[in-house]
Amino acid sequence: MEFKDYYKIMGVARDATQDEIKRTYRKLARKYHPDVSKEPNAEARFKELGEAYEVLKDAEKRAAYDQLGANYEGGQEFRPPPDWNTGFEFGGGGSSGGDAADYSDFFASLFGRDFRAGGAGRASPHAKGEDHHARVLIDLEDTYRGATRTITLRVPAVDAQGHVITRERALNVTIPRGIREGQHIRLSGQGSAGMGKGQPGDLYLQIEFRAHPLYRADGRDLYLDLPVAPWEAALGATVKVPTLGGIVELKIPEGSASGRKLRLKGRGIPGNPPGDCYVILAIALPPADSEAAKAFYRKMAQELNFNPRTKMGV
Amino acid sequence: MNTENSLPQFAICILEEQTQLTLADLCRACAVHEAQIIELVDVGVLEPLGREPARWRFGGASLHRARTALRLQRDLDIDLAGAALALELLDEIETLRARLRAMGVKY
Repeated sequence: MEFKDYYKIMGVARDATQDEIKRTYRKLARKYHPDVSKEPNAEARFKELGEAYEVLKDAEKRAAYDQLGANYEGGQEFRPPPDWNTGFEFGGGGSSGGDAADYSDFFASLFGRDFRAGGAGRASPHAKGEDHHARVLIDLEDTYRGATRTITLRVPAVDAQGHVITRERALNVTIPRGIREGQHIRLSGQGSAGMGKGQPGDLYLQIEFRAHPLYRADGRDLYLDLPVAPWEAALGATVKVPTLGGIVELKIPEGSASGRKLRLKGRGIPGNPPGDCYVILAIALPPADSEAAKAFYRKMAQELNFNPRTKMGV
Repeated sequence: MNTENSLPQFAICILEEQTQLTLADLCRACAVHEAQIIELVDVGVLEPLGREPARWRFGGASLHRARTALRLQRDLDIDLAGAALALELLDEIETLRARLRAMGVKY
């Protein structure tokens, strides 16, 4: 097991005052809170901070940790000395970031796995099981057609020896047609088992879309960049456009500028009403990679008398 | 190989669209007492239909709003009014991000 340097994790000096520790924690908690932060490692960082703060905010635990930690550095192999904590008494209580059950083995070896951070405990002998929450990545095609996905969840459980282990559980989940990013699928009774006669909890899956090579989703609407030739934009044309439901024809009005947004009604994510598919025109220039093409561009320059910068006064 | 077929299938619903929750449902799902859900209604995080708490019906999206507000309150040591403000700003950021994504802008 690795020794954890809680001072280093929080970025405070070993002789920091309790007030400094509290201020630092609050600042970092705001920065890395998983509901707020977009940092990729926010969740892990937030848990780590919660664990560090749980020890350092408490004068007794901090004193015990200091005594123990004087000879260790972060990451070093660590084994707690027998009876290391005699003479210290730890009371639970107080709120904390993260959930005590998620604390590291290092923490558990010092302060016990049963340690509960304050909060709403469940005293009832027949309490409903805990709800579980997970995220699933699906493709846009899945919400268009509906799909069945096998989802593997890692569920913490306690084995016969009382150790916390992670079990894998696979479920076949039907992805309902028309589900949007950020929505949740509820699977009744698929959370933790209840206590006594309590009902099992529910499982909630939050939907996220995998990045699609063509479309971007915004709610029920889809956005698609469509390359068009200069003459298609200038003269108008009817062109083929790929949509989730297949190829459709789109009429480009003459005189269209790059960036013009055209709507294919009802061609977005299905629903009642269905979303739309917005096609954003992007004028693609034919390459001047042959003598003939170059000659053609020169001819255009001569004949069109076109200055794209007139509005700039140059 | 064929274990996939033997996995149980479940009746599913989209929480945000097909679910209505009572005050008791929300309390259970968030593992909090009624008073805290009522406070979330008072600060405007949740907007149930129905006049008095016993008749309140919450839309499915309330569950995650409530959980997020309660998490922010607990973890950041702020009151629910502060959590409500944070939630509103987070919603707004998410809307703007979605708009940026739709325009193809990387942020």
